[in-house]
Amino acid sequence: MDIFLQQIINGLTTGSVYAIVALGYTMVYGVIQLINFAHGEVVMIGAMTAFTVIMAVVGLGLPLPPALIVLLGVLAAVPVCMAIGYTLERVAYRPLRHAPRLAPLITAIGMSIILQHLALLIWGRDPRAFPQIMENASFAIGGAAISTVQIAIILMSVVLMAGLTWFVYRTRFGIAIRATAEDVRVAALMGVDANRVIAATFVIGAGLGAIAGVMVGTYYGIAHYTMGFTLGLKAFSAAVLGGIGNLAGAMLGGIVLGLVEALGTGYIGDLTDLCRWPLVGGMLAERCEADGHAILFGSNYQDVFAFLVLILVLVFRPSGLLGERVSERA
Amino acid sequence: MNRKIVGIALIAIALLALPLVLTQVGTAWVRIANLAILFVFLSLGLNIVVGMAGLLDLGYIAFYAVGAYVYALLASPHFNLHLPFWVILPIGALVACVAGAVLGAPTLRLRGDYLAIVTLGFGEIVRIFMNNLSSPFNITNGPKGITRIDGLSVGSVNFSATDTLFGLSITGPAKYYYVLLLLLLLVIVVNLRLQKSRIGRAWVAIREDEVAAKAAGINTRNVKLLAFAMGASFGGVAGGMFAAMQGFVSPESFILNESIMVLAMVVLGGMGNVWGVIAGALLLSFVPEFLRYSVEPLQMALFGRMLVEPEVLRMLVFGIALVLTMRFRPAGLWPESRHKREMGQKP
Repeated sequence: MDIFLQQIINGLTTGSVYAIVALGYTMVYGVIQLINFAHGEVVMIGAMTAFTVIMAVVGLGLPLPPALIVLLGVLAAVPVCMAIGYTLERVAYRPLRHAPRLAPLITAIGMSIILQHLALLIWGRDPRAFPQIMENASFAIGGAAISTVQIAIILMSVVLMAGLTWFVYRTRFGIAIRATAEDVRVAALMGVDANRVIAATFVIGAGLGAIAGVMVGTYYGIAHYTMGFTLGLKAFSAAVLGGIGNLAGAMLGGIVLGLVEALGTGYIGDLTDLCRWPLVGGMLAERCEADGHAILFGSNYQDVFAFLVLILVLVFRPSGLLGERVSERA
Repeated sequence: MNRKIVGIALIAIALLALPLVLTQVGTAWVRIANLAILFVFLSLGLNIVVGMAGLLDLGYIAFYAVGAYVYALLASPHFNLHLPFWVILPIGALVACVAGAVLGAPTLRLRGDYLAIVTLGFGEIVRIFMNNLSSPFNITNGPKGITRIDGLSVGSVNFSATDTLFGLSITGPAKYYYVLLLLLLLVIVVNLRLQKSRIGRAWVAIREDEVAAKAAGINTRNVKLLAFAMGASFGGVAGGMFAAMQGFVSPESFILNESIMVLAMVVLGGMGNVWGVIAGALLLSFVPEFLRYSVEPLQMALFGRMLVEPEVLRMLVFGIALVLTMRFRPAGLWPESRHKREMGQKP
């Protein structure tokens, strides 16, 4: 099997999910220049809600096509997450819009802890396995395999990204969003209801997050109350990589991050196998002969890549791939 | 003036007698008191970063972890090293301090939110490394953690064993209590002095208006870095004490929830105000313990089973405390007067 191509396919899949979650961060940041810290938890609740609905529908035993069952899960998760997104804005961000920047960040952290532990109360401590309803057929391409779920995730994200781009650039409300992102006060003078626009970015971001949650759940087959944390951190890194506040940037950043992570995870074990490095390998000769390898960093360091990317971007190109300059204070 | 001296003397006597009283209730409570002091310690460290300099650090527990692991590695059978604590604690503080500076350097030029998320990530990375640095060279012993860590000992006095002094038996935890109390006193003095110093005033100036601070001639980047490094070194020392006291460290003790807990203590007590932060830390250390002892029996009596685990309840309390404090008393329960004005709270 061609490892390189396989990791590209896997990276594209996770990258599309990161991109969709990153859109939520970047939209909110674009309008109010604040990070929505609880976004990862919204994604997690999306996955959990969909899981519950899918389990219930499967439990009914109706002869429904699997795709429809997943769709029902999505249809349930989206409004739930949208409601949470709206609540977040009303509780944690709107009342503190004129407070020092630290204040909304702290309330958002508080909200994400509350959401995470409410999820723990509702769904419990153990990971929940998504039911295997789809016969996950694989297709061979050039020595690698791509599964139906992977194809569905990639296609779905392309549709979502195209839809969002159309919405933001072609509709009246989209113009209002862009105007608010440019300058809240001037937009308000032009008759844009800034409160509505800001709430809308939270709601839209949460809706996208819900779908991303279902994607992750079906892809990995499990959902857990802590999954939002790492996913949120990675998606945020993706948004920064692309240039925070920039829609195309979030999409690009997500895909690039997904690829970096997949390729990194695929090759780091081989690259840091000390036995392959003549100088060090010689010192470990005894061990290398016994085990055949002495891997310094294995694939269990998968979650480190996103963070490395984040740090590197912040050091060398804080504005990201497509973003404008980020100053110390807006 | 006289009344003040009497008051201080009374508090001192109460603090000195506390472990003897608590031992009667149960040694567990002395341990809880010790952990509470450690959290006061941590909160004061984080207060330098979040409260004084206004930099949101969400991975503070990582520095605590660094301090704890430095202690564990240098004083346990794991590497067969048994250095004395007065060598290790400064090393732990130094390593944590360097970690803080290295982490802060790339992010401090940027806006506060970036710092928040980078520190959040850093906390997670440190945990991943603690969990995985067990092969091919076993450094941290992975998720199993490091056991049989040496306790503190001065001369022939071993702090982990029970001793009899003037007919009073003093248990291990009680002895640690006195050491921690002494250390805490030192930390409080340092904090109070820092607050009034040139550096402390520079931190507050940056928190209130970075541009103005820069215009006033403050080298904002260096001063922020100093806040970060200093806060981290406090965490390092606290971590070392934690390792010595528990005799065991594992990655599980240093999860995100712990960082959030320390943040909640600082925020609830009143960012920037040393006494407020101490009060906040004590409040949030003891309330969950009381919850633990009241909620469990209450639920068993009412429903016959546990609906809400105390641990979950504890985190919910912290989350709600963060949100409510920011919404209704943004400068904290015991605010610093100038911070109150800054956060727009009516005096």
